[in-house]
Amino acid sequence: MSQQGYVATPPYSQSQPGIGLSPPHYGHYGDPSHTGSPPGMMKPAGPLGAAAPGGMLPQGHPPHGPHQFGQNGAHAQGPPLQRFPGPPPVNSAAPSYAPYSPSTQSSYPSPVSTSSVAQLGTQLSAMHVNSYGTGMAPPSQGPPGPPSAAAAFQGPSRSPQPSILQPGSQVLPPPPTALNGPGASPLPPSTHRQDGLPGPAPPNAQYQPPPLPGQTLGPGYPLQQANYGPQMAGAQLSYPGGFPGGPAQMAGPPQPQKKLDPDSIPSPIQVIENDRATRGGQVYTTNTRGQIPPLVTTDCTIQDQGNASPRYIRCTTYCFPCTSDMAKQAQIPLAAIIKPFATIPSNETPLYLVNHGETGPVRCNRCKAYMCPFMQFIEGGRRYQCGFCSCVNDVPPFYFQHLDHIGRRLDHYEKPELSLGSYEYVATLDYCRKNKPPNPPAFIFMIDVSYSNIKNGLVKLICEELKTVLEKLPKEGQEETSSLRVGFITYNKVLHFFNVKSTLARPQMMVVTDVSEVFVPLLDGFLVSYQESQSVIHNLLDQIPEMFADSNENETVFAPVIRAGMEALKAADCPGKLFIFHSSLPTAEAPGKLKNRDDKKLMNTDKEKILFQPQTNVYDPLAKDCVAHGCCVTLFLFPSQYVDVASLGLVPQLTGGTLYKYNNFQVHLDSQQFLNDLRNDIEKKIGFDAIMRVRTSTGFRATDFFGGIYMNNTTDVEMAAIDCDKAVTVEFKHDDKLSEDSGALIQCAVLYTTVSGQRRLRIHNLGLNCSSQLADLYKSCETDALINFFAKSAFKAVLHQPLKVIREILVNQTAHMLACYRKNCASPSAASQLILPDSMKVLPVYMNCLLKSCVLLSRPESSTDERAYQRQLVMTMGVADSQLFFYPQLRPIHTLDVKSTTLPAAIRCSESRLSEEGIFLLANGLNMFLWLGVSSPPELIQGIFNVPSFAHVNTDITLLPELGNPYSQTLRMIMGIIQQKRPYSMKLTIVKQREQPEMVFRQFLVEDKGLYGGSSYVDFLCCVHKEICQLLN
Amino acid sequence: MVMLYGRKSQVDYRAKLWACNFCFQRNQFPPAYAGISEVNQPAELMPQFSTVEYVIQRGAQSPLIFLYVVDTCLEEDDLQALKESLQMSLSLLPPDALVGLITFGRMVQVHELSCEGISKSYVFRGTKDLTAKQIQDMLGLTKPAVPVHPARPAQPQEHPSISSRFLQPIHKIDMNLTDLLGELQRDPWPVPQGKRPLRSTGVALSIAVGLLEGTFPNTGARIMLFIGGPPTQGPGMVVGDELKVPIRSWHDIEKDNARFMKKATKHYEMLANRAAANGHCIDIYACALDQTGLLEMKCCTNLTGGHMVMGDSFNTSLFKQTFQRIFSKDFNGNFRMAFGATLEVKTSRELKVAGAIGPCVSLNVKGPCVSENELGVGGTSQWKICGLDPTSTLGIYFEVVNQHNAPIPQGGRGAIQFVTHYQHSSTQRRIRVTTIARNWADAQSQLKHIEAAFDQEAAAVLMARLGVFRAESEEGPDVLRWLDRQLIRLCQKFGQYTKEDPASFRLSDSFSLYPQFMFHLRRSPFLQVFNNSPDESSYYRHHFARQDLTQSLIMIQPILYSYSFHGPPEPVLLDSSSILADRILLMDTFFQIVIYLGETIAQWQKAGYQDMPEYENFKHLLQAPLDDAQEILHARFPMPRYINTEHGGSQARFLLSKVNPSQTHNNLYAWGQETGAPILTDDVSLQVFMDHLKKLAVSSAC
Repeated sequence: MSQQGYVATPPYSQSQPGIGLSPPHYGHYGDPSHTGSPPGMMKPAGPLGAAAPGGMLPQGHPPHGPHQFGQNGAHAQGPPLQRFPGPPPVNSAAPSYAPYSPSTQSSYPSPVSTSSVAQLGTQLSAMHVNSYGTGMAPPSQGPPGPPSAAAAFQGPSRSPQPSILQPGSQVLPPPPTALNGPGASPLPPSTHRQDGLPGPAPPNAQYQPPPLPGQTLGPGYPLQQANYGPQMAGAQLSYPGGFPGGPAQMAGPPQPQKKLDPDSIPSPIQVIENDRATRGGQVYTTNTRGQIPPLVTTDCTIQDQGNASPRYIRCTTYCFPCTSDMAKQAQIPLAAIIKPFATIPSNETPLYLVNHGETGPVRCNRCKAYMCPFMQFIEGGRRYQCGFCSCVNDVPPFYFQHLDHIGRRLDHYEKPELSLGSYEYVATLDYCRKNKPPNPPAFIFMIDVSYSNIKNGLVKLICEELKTVLEKLPKEGQEETSSLRVGFITYNKVLHFFNVKSTLARPQMMVVTDVSEVFVPLLDGFLVSYQESQSVIHNLLDQIPEMFADSNENETVFAPVIRAGMEALKAADCPGKLFIFHSSLPTAEAPGKLKNRDDKKLMNTDKEKILFQPQTNVYDPLAKDCVAHGCCVTLFLFPSQYVDVASLGLVPQLTGGTLYKYNNFQVHLDSQQFLNDLRNDIEKKIGFDAIMRVRTSTGFRATDFFGGIYMNNTTDVEMAAIDCDKAVTVEFKHDDKLSEDSGALIQCAVLYTTVSGQRRLRIHNLGLNCSSQLADLYKSCETDALINFFAKSAFKAVLHQPLKVIREILVNQTAHMLACYRKNCASPSAASQLILPDSMKVLPVYMNCLLKSCVLLSRPESSTDERAYQRQLVMTMGVADSQLFFYPQLRPIHTLDVKSTTLPAAIRCSESRLSEEGIFLLANGLNMFLWLGVSSPPELIQGIFNVPSFAHVNTDITLLPELGNPYSQTLRMIMGIIQQKRPYSMKLTIVKQREQPEMVFRQFLVEDKGLYGGSSYVDFLCCVHKEICQLLN
Repeated sequence: MVMLYGRKSQVDYRAKLWACNFCFQRNQFPPAYAGISEVNQPAELMPQFSTVEYVIQRGAQSPLIFLYVVDTCLEEDDLQALKESLQMSLSLLPPDALVGLITFGRMVQVHELSCEGISKSYVFRGTKDLTAKQIQDMLGLTKPAVPVHPARPAQPQEHPSISSRFLQPIHKIDMNLTDLLGELQRDPWPVPQGKRPLRSTGVALSIAVGLLEGTFPNTGARIMLFIGGPPTQGPGMVVGDELKVPIRSWHDIEKDNARFMKKATKHYEMLANRAAANGHCIDIYACALDQTGLLEMKCCTNLTGGHMVMGDSFNTSLFKQTFQRIFSKDFNGNFRMAFGATLEVKTSRELKVAGAIGPCVSLNVKGPCVSENELGVGGTSQWKICGLDPTSTLGIYFEVVNQHNAPIPQGGRGAIQFVTHYQHSSTQRRIRVTTIARNWADAQSQLKHIEAAFDQEAAAVLMARLGVFRAESEEGPDVLRWLDRQLIRLCQKFGQYTKEDPASFRLSDSFSLYPQFMFHLRRSPFLQVFNNSPDESSYYRHHFARQDLTQSLIMIQPILYSYSFHGPPEPVLLDSSSILADRILLMDTFFQIVIYLGETIAQWQKAGYQDMPEYENFKHLLQAPLDDAQEILHARFPMPRYINTEHGGSQARFLLSKVNPSQTHNNLYAWGQETGAPILTDDVSLQVFMDHLKKLAVSSAC
């Protein structure tokens, strides 16, 4: 597999037979060497010679379809004979042949029904069991299998058996894991699934697809192997080899009828529940380098003991490969998702604030890393060695402390920066702009008062709300009142600034009509303390809706509005945040003027990317200016038609702001959602004028950054502001070798200004392991983080590459990662088996969700604006948010136990999980749906909606009526819990089964086939498997 | 020809016809004149009424319009005083007058006066040059008026045009505006150490002009610009904001070292011309210790007939009373001001108009009576005078057309008619017609007649205007040489002398004072820039070019009164010999009133004799010039600077610089100790001047 891009890089380049990948690859993956590598070749890593001769034969890969079918069939024929090895050693390369045999029915010993469909189902379920393969609980049967044992058992998989690619005919000499008599597995699959702890034992239930005549299988040992073989971590699945091509190619020849039993494939719900069961509610201490934190979906208490809490940093893998070659081989992205201002639950310790007075933080002289637990004190405490660059520094005299018998400073536990993973420093003047202490930040509210906003009551709503919400401006811990200052601007095609100085009897309005070169007309009285100017501000807010009541101005400007706010902050010499309430395409003559360029015809063409790019080149420099002056822009959009989110949203995105969008806003329906967002946004924890720097120990470095950031150079991540919901995804690459001993250390330092105007440094440290064993790498992966990374890198690439290419890249990389595992870590088994590492069991389903997202897959019902909007949202998401976004929560409500406070168990997002008698709640972080089956229990309907029957339910409502009965109360409580901690207020839609709006709802049933494209989970799995097989061959 | 009667017309009462004196066209009297006869003459035909005024009823009457343009980069007490003055002025305006307010500092704010509940203003960047169109777009003046909301029935408005947002009848927004002025703050932008405040005068004025242009074109209106310092940014800037770079001086200008002057002047000229074209006048009230850029801005007032007032501070009685005087009323209760006037001059065929000098612009109306030789603003028979007051004068220059084949008939008369259309302060439109006729005299044979009819005062003033007019565009020495040449030629023509014998030179009484006027004119600040800043020169010249004859003469040759125990106050020679120890002198230069106590008087005053009952007469003596000064102060516009000084006082320089230096340090001993005070100057005295004049006049070389 040659040099694919380095580490994480998706295998962009190589064209896959049958998919017709074109060479372009996105962005950072630009290693030109990729191109032309033959598909499906993994570099043989083990002695195994995974490179079975046949596998290497490029000509052996027919694109897909029947060919393969035949080939596989043929393939399948031979194997049983030869290989009788013990289970492969953990690390051994996967067998090279891909004996997945579409035709093995006959060989399949199990007494299953003859229906291939049914058979498939069972077999898959059997396999599914395996997914909880290695190392977990002992198998219920068969030899308990720690991997080593397994390895011993099977013996290192020598005997490279050439897989034969020629269709038909070939008999594989010693078929490695090939065909097992899966059916022979004594384990009832269902059991395994239920107990959730399927040991390694019930291993590769492989599935031999439809019988192929003439296949001869030695039922005996394959069976054995099946049982004991896969001691490896990993889910193993095989699927009907004949499955043609990718999702899109479903039309291809055979067996559409062969549906896999969805229950038999790895279930995200199951994975989440398992993690919750084992780790939920516990205390997770961060005292060990490289330990894998609980999933984002698992609630636990985190105790900082030297590494940053996973709330702040999560990684795609907690064990880095030692060499770049290894990284290239595995193709697993090495990335961290950093959410430096993440909200910490009240039962966890808030960050300590370290103040070294005028001397400022202690830093390494060479690499400027901040004092942290990774610094090693030597020479009796007089010097310390930097953990990042190994430079030996003198300890400053004021900082000296003796060491104890194990070489630790006596004050180790007294100083947060020595014992904790995360803490804050008070920054000195050296860290301030112009070496002056910053002024407290300001919030500027900028309201579009064009005709439509006045008419629909939005302006009045905003003004009313501001009167109360301004009471709750964020403040620093002990402050009595917030030091934030506030200012107000209204605009249509001109801008109105308001002087609300406390000494004025009434506010003064200053109109700036020169929108081509907007400026700030006043200094004194524009930004004021809310407390001091309260009466004037209230006076103003009362008057604004009146003032423009007669206005019939329809045109608006936009870029000048941002510029005005930015100039105002600049003039006041303080950082701040603009809250812009905007509703239309800015068509008035001014910089940043936009025209309607929405063009459905561009969909599915190479030009589609244009729709995601800003329309003019005004906004990018504007964003740069904003960042330079610490001006964060948060945009509330109320579009009733196309407003070009891709252009309008650029500045909010690059300045660390948030974009909220309320389509066809109606005051009586959507107020609550908007007001919740507004309140939440105003009150949330935020740091201004921030610069983030990610330092790493030698051997690797941060190379790419994704998020609400602006990069002026390659290392400093500049953010006008960063709040508790924004995450920056950082990709790492090797510079050199990493050593297993010292591991891979990451220090993320964020210099920022607090809401009270204090300059601070927030430091997060995280130590990761390094290993030269691929298996360690695969063991330590976190699928949720991987998806976060893939989503962001793909959504970034959307701007530059055709969507089709990006989708193919994603599929390829997924296949690559899994193939590498299969080849190097999994025990040898039939090629028809899909073997997934335990940590990536649900990668395919999540990946499929990502591929189906409306950003990557244009669908007629998702507007251009909506796609641009979602693209932007994802770019700043943390791991928990992206997990929920791509795989929504679906919970049955009709089974609700009104006496319990626990949420009803989530179910998989598939229509097959719904029932006519049921009511289901689905949430993805943006939307919430309450789906009502046509036969929903009337008492539930009555309880929730206070109407007698299903037919009476009004689906227009966006809020459930507040009723006193337990159904209503519990349901609303559940919705409250789901909403909690989510950055966006979810809009509730009531969906009745078999009514038109259900189509929208269906899009969120992500395991199903999409209405307008997008494969089902099962199909995708097949597709990936096929890719893997090709890679392995 | 339009309705133009005049007593010079020949009337046929029976036929109800009259023949025009200027073109000899015969005209029918209009129906209103049906009853006229020899015994029932209309006033126009009576010889004693050389001037007749007609009131025009046609057309909409437009109200008086006052647009205040206020600099806010002032010291706190200055601003306070200015605010009070402005508020005071509001109370003097008729209730239906329209007022508007523009304030400026670093930014320019156009205040919308109509808003209820909130004060609203449009803000402009002070650095950006905007076209009239842009300004009107930005102020929303180009759109049709804001359509009335269907829910609210349209209210009948006196001025339904959109302009009502910025220009409101005073009775509607009196309180509002008073409050607004009261809340007016100093420009809030910080001024760093060593910098001047950023003052956007150029843009502010441009917006004011643009606003009126868009809303009330061709209607009388007054823009009143109040400035407390030079424009320091944007178009029209006169000096940068670095304090270490001083504002241009005459020296810099001569060295071509005034880098902003040309551009700024161009900017203000453009504005002045636009304002003038629309009949709007611009006043400048500049109060600052340093220069404020009047040199560059002078055209705004000079071309539009606005006032120019220069003072040290808005917090002085000089400014306060001057400003108040703008709004003084005549016995009918009307302001002594008129707007948007056009002056048309008609001449009988022997005469042609060469030009006019005064607060006017040319309307470029060519005609048979327009001379090809231009004197002043020429090439037209019509001028626009946007602002008029009772003292406004225009110097108009004529040329006698030499008609070779048709010599002027003996006893014939040349007639001139001045037709002034204007907007009276009562908002009526009026036409004032003045017709004069003069007998012709032959220049060869009837020189005596001409000599006898010579008005040397008027001639001096008219010559002075020409000189000052030239001085604006030419080098100072050139103008002086020109003036000298003219004087010599006059003396040669009208003097009686024997060639080459200066001692024989005599001038008749009607010419006797003329050389002396010229002597003082040569020394005046109108032609001499030494010791004056460019702003001061502009200021002096501005007033000289518009004041009437008496005032102009005072400016040329200040009046000096002497008070003593020896008799009643008497006018004395403007000569150093008049400065005596036991006299009190009162000098009126128009711009300054100087009371000077002679050495002895000053000593007596210090000794406090005036407070002793037995020396009450001394007290009266001291009081007398004060009373007389008060009288002058009351009548004068603008308020003169009032200077009370004494022998040896520093302010005595005002007196010493004016008097004829008959005694200087050079000739002191020749004149003896007894009389007068020596002036430390190298300027020539009147005596020397006259000697030279005589010499040159009689010289045949000239």
